[in-house]
Amino acid sequence: MSDAVLDREIVRRLSGGLPLTPQPYDVVAHAIGVAPDVVRTRVAAMLRDGRIRRIGAVPNHFALGWRANGMTVWDVDDTRVDELGARVGALPDVTHCYRRPRRLPQWRYNLFAMLHGRDRDEVARKMAGIARVLGEAARAHDVLYSTRILKKAGLRLAAD
Amino acid sequence: MDDLDRAIVDHLQTGFPVCERPFLEAARALGTTEDDLIARIDRLLRAGTLTRFGPLFQVERMGGAFTLAAMSVPVAEFEYTAAAVNALPEVAHNYAREHALNMWFVLATESAEATADAIDRIETRTGLPVLTFPKEREFFVGLDLKSIAPADGEKRPAEAAPVAG
Repeated sequence: MSDAVLDREIVRRLSGGLPLTPQPYDVVAHAIGVAPDVVRTRVAAMLRDGRIRRIGAVPNHFALGWRANGMTVWDVDDTRVDELGARVGALPDVTHCYRRPRRLPQWRYNLFAMLHGRDRDEVARKMAGIARVLGEAARAHDVLYSTRILKKAGLRLAAD
Repeated sequence: MDDLDRAIVDHLQTGFPVCERPFLEAARALGTTEDDLIARIDRLLRAGTLTRFGPLFQVERMGGAFTLAAMSVPVAEFEYTAAAVNALPEVAHNYAREHALNMWFVLATESAEATADAIDRIETRTGLPVLTFPKEREFFVGLDLKSIAPADGEKRPAEAAPVAG
């Protein structure tokens, strides 16, 4: 089995999560039909080259007490959005920050920054911090609070 | 959730060992046993406190793509539409949000063609147009949200949950 085929098989088998058993990597190796240490070696390689961002727990932020989740969106001058996006992304309150395309006329915003808080007041205070960084370069903004998680599954690869 | 559960959620967001007995190694750092750690992770998953436990893949590094997409769904059709969207394996997460665009989901696919194909299927099944917002630049993808006890209203999030080990 080539590394590419093997890696794809490992990704597919781990996309639902790590088996909750004392030797989880070796269990996957056994299922694929390779030596016990092979999956560990390949997973370590995927961590090193970034195909795996990290291994661990993915929490439901509502269950952790972060009741308010606000996707803040900003219409920022195109000539300044990269410089300012980097500064917004560096704010300690911002958990994700991306530049995305506008979809006129329905959607004028090109900078997205995710905020979490115990309540909406906390999100609003954090949003004021972003507004200070952006200043007059932000022509408009909005916040979209999540009201329900409809699905949270992660990557799924189809079986060949 | 007790203190050890909180420590598990916080500590294991940042990483998990790759070795023959990773739960044993992580359990030692958290001050518990391998069996107890496995049982607690299982319970946290069943309770919905954790949505997943395992590797987080960067599909971009495997030739694939994550694409944010949104729809404006009439209230009367919301549940039907959510079920139709969620039925696609390419939909990694989906959130209801307060806005005219009230359904926001992320497609994780192995290629750009697979993204376009998934969008087509959603539009056909729901009869609603999908707007896509592929990321043009990533400024920051954050680390972790520490668990906070709702009663501890005055604590700053960063201090809210000490990590054991």
